[in-house]
Amino acid sequence: MSILIKNGRLIDPANKMDAAMDVLVKDSKISRVAKDIKAQADSIIDARGKIIAPGIVDMHVHLRQPGREDKETVATATAAAAKGGVTTVLAMPNTSPTIDCAESIELLKGIINKDAKVNVLTCASITKGRLGKELSAIAELRQNGAYALSDDGCSVENENLMLQALQEAAKARILTICHCEDKKLSGKGVINLGFNSTRLGLRGISNESEYKRIARDIDLAERCSAAVHIAHISCQESVEIISRAKKKGVKLTCETAPHYFSLTEDALLEYDTNMKMNPPLRNAKDLAAIKQGLRCGVIDAIASDHAPHTENEKDIEFERAEFGVVGLETELAVSITQLIDTKLLDWIQLFEKLSLNPSRILGIERGSLQEGMFADIVVISGEEEWQVKKSELVSKSKNSAFLGHTLKGVVDYTICNGKVVYKR
Amino acid sequence: MSWTKKDLLGLEYLTQGEIELILETAESFKEVSTREIKKVPALRGKTAVNLFYEPSTRTRVSFEVAAKRLSADVINIATETSSVRKGETLIDTGKNIQALKADIIIMRHNCSGAANMLARALDISVINAGDGWHEHPTQALLDIFTLKEKLGKIKGLNVAIVGDIAHSRVARSNIWGLVKLGANVTVCAPEMLLPTEIERTGVKTSSNIDEVLKNADAINVLRMQFERDEGAAFPEQLDYYKRFGITEERLAKAKKNILVMHPGPINRGIEMSSGVADGKNSVILEQVTNGIAVRMAVLFLVSQAREDKG
Repeated sequence: MSILIKNGRLIDPANKMDAAMDVLVKDSKISRVAKDIKAQADSIIDARGKIIAPGIVDMHVHLRQPGREDKETVATATAAAAKGGVTTVLAMPNTSPTIDCAESIELLKGIINKDAKVNVLTCASITKGRLGKELSAIAELRQNGAYALSDDGCSVENENLMLQALQEAAKARILTICHCEDKKLSGKGVINLGFNSTRLGLRGISNESEYKRIARDIDLAERCSAAVHIAHISCQESVEIISRAKKKGVKLTCETAPHYFSLTEDALLEYDTNMKMNPPLRNAKDLAAIKQGLRCGVIDAIASDHAPHTENEKDIEFERAEFGVVGLETELAVSITQLIDTKLLDWIQLFEKLSLNPSRILGIERGSLQEGMFADIVVISGEEEWQVKKSELVSKSKNSAFLGHTLKGVVDYTICNGKVVYKR
Repeated sequence: MSWTKKDLLGLEYLTQGEIELILETAESFKEVSTREIKKVPALRGKTAVNLFYEPSTRTRVSFEVAAKRLSADVINIATETSSVRKGETLIDTGKNIQALKADIIIMRHNCSGAANMLARALDISVINAGDGWHEHPTQALLDIFTLKEKLGKIKGLNVAIVGDIAHSRVARSNIWGLVKLGANVTVCAPEMLLPTEIERTGVKTSSNIDEVLKNADAINVLRMQFERDEGAAFPEQLDYYKRFGITEERLAKAKKNILVMHPGPINRGIEMSSGVADGKNSVILEQVTNGIAVRMAVLFLVSQAREDKG
């Protein structure tokens, strides 16, 4: 099988390339990248006026399978991914059962082999059952193919246990992803602590509950030279703390999610539960800091934190509704609208955040369009606008924070391992 | 000025003109309760449903009396004995009531925003009778009505709201309403019971009740709820009474004609002394009476708005 993508504008962050180039895909790999390729191919994609970029590597996705197939499955999540230009996802382990041992990894791999339309990497839990009590068998998880560790949804409260985990992870050469939240501080909070929590009469979640735990985890990581990645940062102080640690030379990366650079707590004034996520939408000052963090490189990656929930779990009283929003189908377009259109980032920088950096953080050979790489490619109409509609989302759950929004950037093709997995 | 909203969710969402319209309408309804036959046919043939997810006697009965004096039919749903206990969602319950062709739902709910959510989901009117810590608009309207009746105006009045501001829907509604009508509002509470950035509503804050009492034309004393499970330590009851309790001694240093209000039920000896509650400055029972007129006005106006829309 071969595909020739012609006449497009190719973005390859690995080579800092933004140029008119053709791409020839043979079987699962990128065979040639050059101007005006004349080769024969089984199919030809005319990418005139379009962007050709490395497929998105989304390192924060809740597939919900096994256990909550009513919210999402590997099949539906990866179909949503393909539609959103995402060719690799890292699956968070907070499923039922928790992905915390060789057997549960095998179980998930079985489903992935059968149903996944894009690459799915597994992330296993730091502690058994994500209970924060007893460490998972970290070396064994690594040997069985886990790409990272995380208790996402929870931080490991016990500092000694977290230190032990990071020591084990350093030995096993596996990345640890930290959900940074001090629940003693965030308590029963449901939205950002501030004027809006006061006027809405809802319990607030302070910035402090996030950045204090980031500071702790950075400190622990430094003590054992473990590779640590901070998930979904949302506030100004977090950007500042991470910036300082990086300057000091700590082995540290971080991500933010599209809603933190596009929406503020003001989106909550009507108690819309599709705006309820953890960490919460913050204020305008935090949003500006997140954007600045992306621009200056403190924030390495953009990840969706795709968190599907059923209507039954969202269409209820605000404080009783689940936290989280779906994001696989909108992360590219929100990024283009918020970061490219405003000239905050150029295309090369954007695909560093979406594709190249996440690949490097996870230690996988993807996120670039160099010859010889796996052919994970997205072809985008970068200028075209579309409206986010519930009826058009392919994810099983429709809890998007962007319903009704007009966004820029439509995916025309998604190619994963040399195969077209989505065509508009 | 005419009323166009099908719902009453909170005073934050009303203009000064809309608040004044409710107060004027309430004035004309107040007289009805003094007649021998306390009834007008304004809402004859309409059905109002009291849907209360939290225990309440005073507000529920006040709404029931108000609706009946307007000749509406009133149905009370106690959620402890309804299908809510079988796990029905709020929106399903609301849609069922709508399907019964009721015209107005009067709801009390323990979750902030519940009334907003219900109002969005339904075509019939929703009146918020208190949602979580968010708003209790008719309580604030009756407080403001009483203030205006007693002192002749709202603009320029110094009004203090004392007590657990952080967890009080009565405080929030009073703040929005009073500030919109031009009162100078001070909220007075221990630091930990003042919510984040409350000054941005246009109020002053204080933790010194004696200072606040010096200038106040009226004081609205909130009920202290020590039984609340909030994690953080609440001030001890006795300590609270010493620092913030409204006593005769404290009141003696205030303006002579200061109005003392309380939304009820009173904890005597916790937020105020019995002497103050029953004293000459207290208008607590007049508030209860005025509550009927204000609720009649609200019921009437939201019904009119729906009829006007056809």
